[in-house]
Amino acid sequence: MAEHAHAESLALREQFDTAEQQKESSTFGMWIFLITEVMFFGGLFLAYTIYRNTYPTVFGMASTSLNAVIGALNTAVLLCSSFTMVMAVRAAQLGKRKAIIVFLILTLLLGLVFLGVKAYEWNEKYVEHHIPGASFHFEGTAQQGPAQLFFSLYFAMTGLHALHMVIGAGILCWLLYHAARGRFTAEYMTPVDIAGLYWHFVDIIWIFLFPLLYLIDRHMK
Amino acid sequence: MKVPLFPEQASNFAPDVDHLLYYLVAVSVFFTVLIFAAIFYFAIRYRRRSEHELPEPVHAGLALEIAWSVIPFGLTMIMFGWGANIFFKESRPPKDAAQVYVVAKQWMWKVQHMEGQREINELHIPVGRPVKLVMTSEDVIHSFFVPAFRTKQDVVPGRYSTTWFTATKPGKYHLFCAEYCGTKHSGMGGWVYAMEPQDYQIWLSGGRAFGSLAENGEKLYQDLACGNCHKVDGSGRCPSLAGLFGRNVQLADGRVVKADEAYLRESILQPNAKVVAGYQPLMPTFQGLVTEEGVLQLIEYIKSLSPQPAAGAGTTPAEINVNPGAAGAAPSNR
Amino acid sequence: METREHYLNAGHSLKSWLLTKDHKRIAILYLITVTIFFFIGGIFASLIRVELMTPQGDLVSSETYNKLFTMHGVAMIFFFLIPSIPATLGNFFLPMMIGARDLAFPRVNLLSWYLLVIGGAFALFAMLAGGVDTGWTFYTPYSTTYSNTWVIATALGIFVAGFSSILTGLNFIVTVHRMRAPGLTWFRMPLFVWANYATAVIQVLGTPVVAVTIVLVFCERVFHIGIFDPALGGDPVLFQHMFWFYSHPAVYIMVLPAMGVISEIISVYSRKPVFGYHFVAFSSMAIAVIGFLVWGHHLFVSTQSVYAGLVFSFLSYFVAIPSAVKVFNWTATLYKGSISYATPMLYAFGFIGLFTIGGLTGLFVASLGFDVHVTDTYFVVAHFHYVMVGGTIMAFLGGLHYWWPKMTGRMYPENWAKLSAAIIFIGFNLTFFPQFILGYLGMPRRYHVYPDEFQVLHVLSTAGASVLAIGYLFPMVYLMWSLRYGEVVGRNPWGATGLEWKTQSPPPVHNFDEIPVVTHEAYDYSTVIKEGVEVG
Repeated sequence: MAEHAHAESLALREQFDTAEQQKESSTFGMWIFLITEVMFFGGLFLAYTIYRNTYPTVFGMASTSLNAVIGALNTAVLLCSSFTMVMAVRAAQLGKRKAIIVFLILTLLLGLVFLGVKAYEWNEKYVEHHIPGASFHFEGTAQQGPAQLFFSLYFAMTGLHALHMVIGAGILCWLLYHAARGRFTAEYMTPVDIAGLYWHFVDIIWIFLFPLLYLIDRHMK
Repeated sequence: MKVPLFPEQASNFAPDVDHLLYYLVAVSVFFTVLIFAAIFYFAIRYRRRSEHELPEPVHAGLALEIAWSVIPFGLTMIMFGWGANIFFKESRPPKDAAQVYVVAKQWMWKVQHMEGQREINELHIPVGRPVKLVMTSEDVIHSFFVPAFRTKQDVVPGRYSTTWFTATKPGKYHLFCAEYCGTKHSGMGGWVYAMEPQDYQIWLSGGRAFGSLAENGEKLYQDLACGNCHKVDGSGRCPSLAGLFGRNVQLADGRVVKADEAYLRESILQPNAKVVAGYQPLMPTFQGLVTEEGVLQLIEYIKSLSPQPAAGAGTTPAEINVNPGAAGAAPSNR
Repeated sequence: METREHYLNAGHSLKSWLLTKDHKRIAILYLITVTIFFFIGGIFASLIRVELMTPQGDLVSSETYNKLFTMHGVAMIFFFLIPSIPATLGNFFLPMMIGARDLAFPRVNLLSWYLLVIGGAFALFAMLAGGVDTGWTFYTPYSTTYSNTWVIATALGIFVAGFSSILTGLNFIVTVHRMRAPGLTWFRMPLFVWANYATAVIQVLGTPVVAVTIVLVFCERVFHIGIFDPALGGDPVLFQHMFWFYSHPAVYIMVLPAMGVISEIISVYSRKPVFGYHFVAFSSMAIAVIGFLVWGHHLFVSTQSVYAGLVFSFLSYFVAIPSAVKVFNWTATLYKGSISYATPMLYAFGFIGLFTIGGLTGLFVASLGFDVHVTDTYFVVAHFHYVMVGGTIMAFLGGLHYWWPKMTGRMYPENWAKLSAAIIFIGFNLTFFPQFILGYLGMPRRYHVYPDEFQVLHVLSTAGASVLAIGYLFPMVYLMWSLRYGEVVGRNPWGATGLEWKTQSPPPVHNFDEIPVVTHEAYDYSTVIKEGVEVG
């Protein structure tokens, strides 16, 4: 009992009256932050949707030039990482220090795999001259401008997503550091909880990005 | 010294807009005076007379709240409807409007009349005849604003925008650029000259030396060898352009679009954006090879290949009639 | 005499200020920062008005003038108006009004301030390194392809400052939801809290969109991706849609907190609850929500479709009604009240009058056919200065005076304050009313060379601006003076309700010795005025 009170009072910030208030506030705060992230990505999704509608043929061709198999693989990797993240949160709820560490490491590894595959994909694009800029050239259409638009949006959207993944990886490292020191217990695991929310959000963004960028109109030549 | 406080009315729209202004001002003055007077009165009548005063709270009535929501809303709906009505009219040029092309660039207005007259920072138009401007920009967004007409329309690169008006009074009216466009935005102005119809015809005939837009377009068409593919009888690799303007076109992706000015412009500058059904995307782009003005000339030429008279075509130079009361007589105003 | 510890004297080192977690100290840090930017924006405004005294471009070159109006707008909107009331008065008083010890996330609050400062530093750098000339609205393709000025630095500054705004909004939302004192139900909250809550919702939902829009402008400028460039298949008008999707709600970020201040002031100095409390609270929320649906009214002549124009015009009238409801309710609060003419009340009267005019002229521009004539003219300039300056700034000054005794423990000099309020009111109207006439005559925005016949009106406007500038300088001086020489006050010199008046002036670091339990409705003056006015 004293241990619980100890954990509580260690972590309780002075603006809060109870640990429950603190936890609820932190969680609510993270949800609001994620809503702002939806609006942030939303602007890019909007631009993409509008241009897709304006240039359906070129965008379809450009989509087809992306490797959907690798994209699907990466999707699976991220989904697994969300699973391991859930397991980490569960371990924290149960106060199992070793399990938290194991699952956080797994999540981090899967996240790094995702980023590695992304880097590979981007390199493919570089080799194929699909990176917007002076050396951009997309075979098969005279509409180079719209083709470049697709890839600009592709890189902007996946780049922004990757940036969020990198930040997520950083957060996981921070969590690992504190988990190793036994900071998380069944009574106080809020940071793991809200980091989990963030990680799932980044995953969900990808779930939208993948079909929108890779899968629509793949049959178009 | 002239200190105008109200702009001249020189177009068909001006009285409409001014009447709307009067209504708006009347409603505003009413509510402003009401609020000011109420505050003034209450502040004096109920001023604090002793430090220990404690007034009774007055409870809001739902009826009052509804009343002062609904009544203002009703008044604003009149503002909405009235303004929308004017806006609709402004967006529907009459079919017989004379068409003039405007190309904006930093920092000047280039005006092209069908009959060949070219102007810089000036627009001559006849009184009493609807005039439709088809406009585009070569660089940034500008805006064609004539305060005396109460009309304004942004001029955007990469597309055509239109505005129309009928001048109702001869005179010289300010033309301003109303969308910030860089260094000389302030200086990108000029004059609109509304002229009596006969004076306008005389002025217009001075453009004969330039050749009409359509004539210049035909020359450009030949220079660019368009006819190598676009054979008149349709036997070439590309569709015939005869009778194209104004027709519906079936595209390869199934869509049906109208062959208007915007379509023609896009077809010249981004030919593979809309490929005609039954044809291959073979046409090279002429972006960089043809200026916006060149595009306008080609469009006018292509229009001249259509059987029906192109909207707003003026009289050809050979037919300019300087007799008053003949060509150029104004149809009734809207 | 003042040995009692409070938030101002608990720690004098620079570190205790720059690493503070106390929302009250952060509010003071913000107050200093926004005041600096107000001055910067004001200097640009003065130069603009002096140039506009003559029809020729004779004081400054075109390039310079274009930078002046751009930087005036950027400084005033992003670094003064948007943070002003929420981050100063909101930061200071929102926690106290709900009986909390601080905001939900004090360190995030400090981070918000640093983000504003960093963003401001970028913008200031851009101003000093040569300036930016795109207009505060950054329309493409001018800003992305043609301007040769410090666009990216300025855009970066605005981007960073945007996150300051988002985090403040996030903090306020969580605080209001989770940290209200026992007994403080939603409908017992002061209307200032409602107003800041509604504002926070806008900040959180709208700002990220302008942030990503700025990222796209950056990419376009650096990498020429073509998203807004017609030559590459892009759409320059798309920028306008994305920009105004935020920037229209942004004007409600600027005005809603001001309305919250007015609710407080009208109530205190009438000694009555705000008439129609629920309606005023709901109006704040309605403005926040509907405000997201009207952005297209900035695009009526942009080549936006006629039908879109119809929808946006209609909804724009919808959003005007809650504002009107507030004005009527404030006026009705005066009825059978006990009206004091203290300076904050004079500012409130000024606000109601000027906001009414500004808001009514909003109805003018919402009308499609009318807007075609006056958009991009001085009519619009007059409209938004009436609501932003005649509205928000007057409310800010009113709130500053109202809460000055609580924040500092000192009273400002009442006669100088009244005089300043009068000077500001007169100077303001002389500056901006002629601009309505100029606009309808056809004087375009962002022009420094204009036809001769517009000169007289411009001279009047500049004369007004000189008076207004003097009016603004007076409070700077006497408020500073009052810190040393102002009359010392107790807890509740105004006889106000509200939890912030129950604690000392200046408040202790932890706000309350004991968290209060709320048992009364908001604005229940019978709890304060019994035998006499409580002077603690």
